[in-house]
This record gives sequence, C-alpha cells and structure tokens, in this order.
Amino acid sequence: MSVFQLLYLIAAALFILALKWMSSPATARRGVISGEIGMLLAVIGTLMRHEVFNYEWIVIALLVGTAIGVPLAILMPMTHVPQRTAISQACGAFASALIGSAEYYRQFPHGFVMVALCIEMLLGFLTTTASLMAFGKLNEMLPSRPVVYKGQNFVNLGLLGVAIIIGGMLVAHPENTVLFPIFVGLALIFGVLLIIPIGGADMPTVIALLNSYAGLSACAMGFALDNKLLIIAGALDGSSGFILSIIMCRAMNRSFTNVLFGGFGQLAVSAGATEAKPVRSASPEEAAMILEDARSVVIIPGYGMAVAQAQHKIRELHDLLTKRGVDVKFAIHPVAGRMPGHMNVLLAEADVPYDKLIEMDDINSEMGMTDVALIVGANDIVNPAAKNDPGSPIAGMPILDAYKARTVMIIKRGMSAGFAGIDNELYYMPNTLMLFGDAKSFVASLVKEIGAAVGA
Amino acid sequence: MNYEFGFYVFMLAAFLGFELIRKVSPLLHTPLMSLTNAIASISVVGAILISGEKGASTLSHVLGFIAVVSATTNLVSGYLITDRMLKMFKKREPQGK
Repeated sequence: MSVFQLLYLIAAALFILALKWMSSPATARRGVISGEIGMLLAVIGTLMRHEVFNYEWIVIALLVGTAIGVPLAILMPMTHVPQRTAISQACGAFASALIGSAEYYRQFPHGFVMVALCIEMLLGFLTTTASLMAFGKLNEMLPSRPVVYKGQNFVNLGLLGVAIIIGGMLVAHPENTVLFPIFVGLALIFGVLLIIPIGGADMPTVIALLNSYAGLSACAMGFALDNKLLIIAGALDGSSGFILSIIMCRAMNRSFTNVLFGGFGQLAVSAGATEAKPVRSASPEEAAMILEDARSVVIIPGYGMAVAQAQHKIRELHDLLTKRGVDVKFAIHPVAGRMPGHMNVLLAEADVPYDKLIEMDDINSEMGMTDVALIVGANDIVNPAAKNDPGSPIAGMPILDAYKARTVMIIKRGMSAGFAGIDNELYYMPNTLMLFGDAKSFVASLVKEIGAAVGA
Repeated sequence: MNYEFGFYVFMLAAFLGFELIRKVSPLLHTPLMSLTNAIASISVVGAILISGEKGASTLSHVLGFIAVVSATTNLVSGYLITDRMLKMFKKREPQGK
C-alpha cells in the first residue's frame, strides 16, 4: 500500500466520522473539522501520486477556487443559505461532469468504464443546470411559481430516455464522437426542464435530491477511475441527500414522483374563488397586550420570516416575553422555509437557544394548552384544510396544530394565498387575529410596546 | 480492475450513510446538507488527476483546470459556511445573557 492509498483510507474514515458527529449540535463542529482534515488528506495524497506532473496549473486552480469559495461562504447572509447551497452544488456537479468529459476524450474507454462515465456525466450535467435553475428560483431571478404545460412529463421523460439511449450508443461505440456533444446537451437541457415545474415550497426536497445526484456522480467517477475514496464519499453524499428528500416528502405527505412531476399549486387556482369572509384584525398595541397576558406562547416561523429577515426582532420578542415569565417556544415544521432545517439556522443566527426549537410532533401535543400561537410568515404548514378537507391539494400533509391554541395571531402582509394557492380557513376562525404588516416591522412594534410596559 | 469489490464498497458506504443520516436531528439538517455538499467535492481528486497528467491534450488540461476550480469553490465554500452555521448553534439558559 502506498502513502496516498493510506491517506485515502484515513480520509474515508474521517468522512464517516464527520457524518457521525453531525448527529448532535454538541459534536457537530468536530464533525466539520474532521471532514476538512479528510478532504485535506485526500488532496495531499492525490498531489503525491506519481501520475500527477503539472503542479503550476493545479496550484493556480486551487487558489482561484479558494478565491471564489471564501467570499461565497463569508459574505452570504444566512437567509441566502439555500441559494448558496444550490450554486455550490452546481460547481461540484459541473466539476464531476467535466472530469467525465476529459476522461472520455483522453482514452475513449470501452465497457464498464464507459458506462460509469456516462452515468457520471449524465448526473453531473443535469445536476449542474438543475442547481443553477434552483438557484435562480430561490434568488427570485426566475419566477418561483411552477411552470407547467400539457405533456410536460412526456417531454421530460422522453428527453431523458433519448439521453440514455445516446449514452448507450456511446457505450457501444465510444469512438463516435459526434454523439458526445448531443449527449451532453440533452443532459443539460433535462436539468433545466426538471426544475421548471417545481415551485419554491418544494425546494427543500429538490435541493436534497440534487445533493444526492451530485454524490452519485462522484461515486460513478470512483468506479470509472477505480478509486474507492470517491466511491465511499459519493455514496455517503448520495444516501444522505436521498434520505433527506424522503424526510421532506414525508413531511408533506407526498411521493417523490409527485414532487418531481406534480406541478404543485396549479390544480387549486380555479377552486380558490371564495366569497370574501370577515376576518378580525388587531393593532400592535392590542396584540402586545394579549402576548403580555399569556402564560405560554408558541411562535411558528415560516418562509415569510426569512424574506422579511425578522429573526432578530423575533428573538428580542422571545427575550422580553421570557423575562416577563411567559413560556416561549418555537414550533418548527420540517418543510418550513426553502431548505431542510432552514428555520433552525435562521433562529440560531439570531441567538435563539436551540433547545427552544421544538419539532412538529412534540409541539403538537402541547398546542391545546397554549395561550397564543404567533404565526410569522407561515401559511400552508398551519392550514387546517390539510386535516379537514380531503379535497384540498394539501390534504394529508402533517401540519402544526396552531388552530388548537386559545388565540391564534397571524402576521401577514395581506390576505393572499400561500404557496399552494389555496385559502387558509385558519384566518376566518373566531379565535384568530390577523396582524397585517411586514413581519419585521410588526414584530419590532410588538417589542416596543411590550418593552415600554416592562420598562415602566 | 475488480468492479465487484467496488460495488461492495458502494453498498456498505450507502447503508452506513443511511444509518448515520437518520440519526441527525432535524435541527441540523441545513448544516448537514452543506457538509455533505462539501464532501461531494471529493471530485477534486479526480480533477487533480486529470489536469496534472503528463502528456494530456490541451483539451483535458483546460477541462481539468476548470474542474479543479469549480470543485475547490464547492469545497471551500461548503466547509466554511457549515462551520459558520454551526458556530451559531448554542444552548443557553433562558435568562442568561
């Protein structure tokens, strides 16, 4: 066993430890360090291999990559974490796809290696464009509503089928270089088409799924280059992305195929024509008084909190109420936000202790004893229609049972429907108060009201 | 080359991945995604091998160079932001400041 192989072995062990230590917040940072050391050893080991000659360009490339990567990580505000993950994923998948292409032109391999390269390139190229599309949608450079047309699934699957057939032809006759650019082009286009029908609220699932593809692409590269480290790291990443997307699907009571081919939110548009029903609204002063008198408050954040960047103000509200002896907790729905665990990161950024963030199943049992449920920028994840109306597009989706609380307060800019495009009967319930306004400024005025009462 | 051996490695690593990820608390799902995203940049190994090779064509050099740049971007930003996020996760007594 040569030195680089030993380093690869240690690196693989460190990656496994990295994931193991991620299981708890107490050891998670150790996990990152372990992953970093593993990656460093893998790079050093590779540079030591006798196949590697031209160091100048490698060093320059490493430096350029670092120069792009550091600002991307440091300057991105925490609300942009989903976008950053998408763009970073696009880079990783693109690298893997390019390596496949370079390897193809280098030796026109036959048989098994060519099969592995085709899988690597197919997944790599489609993940590149799909991640870029996801980036565009998350960054709102592209419309985040799903775009669907008749026969879309037929077109998409047909395109994928053609790409696979051409891949098969390349495997049979690798010298047929004319086919190669067609194969690449089809994979790139399929990536774009894959994301077009997927809307913003499904992004947690899709980002996780693309993560899985990027890992599997690295894995296929491992088979093509006969490199076990790539196989292990790729498989870890592939299974992690896959299991996360399953968790996300389960949290929405939907199947994979439904997320990928469903075009969610379209069927409801025509059904949404309801007559104007009366709602009760309240001013910041009234809302502050109710909060002050409550014994227990559950705050339910949603994507609207991220958009309004209201997390810091919410933490101030939490501190003030806690100081007054109110029991404040946060209820986190698994698919709140645009990424798995999105709300946790934002609230952690605002210094909310993580033991205050309660998962759906645990908080729902307490909801009936809660005085106030304060909903900030969330909609579909608290819509009782998921339970009561079997015809609703979100029927069967597990929700946070905010309606069970004695008083429900909803901070919202207007009466518009949520992502799923359906009305929320929670708004019209007798114990519901609508607090109209921007999440950040409304919470700020709540803080001011309650703070004045405390200070007096 | 022994592909069969490779498939066994893949199978074991995939199962290990499933078991490890299932234990991660939903609290940490976003940092977990960034971390696995960073680990996927292991493709930098293949990129270095391609671009460092002796006697490779200009085309493979160019492709290899771009691949190293993008894999490194993924790697560096992935690890840095994961660490930045995890730094924020603190346990704290409700009243403590």
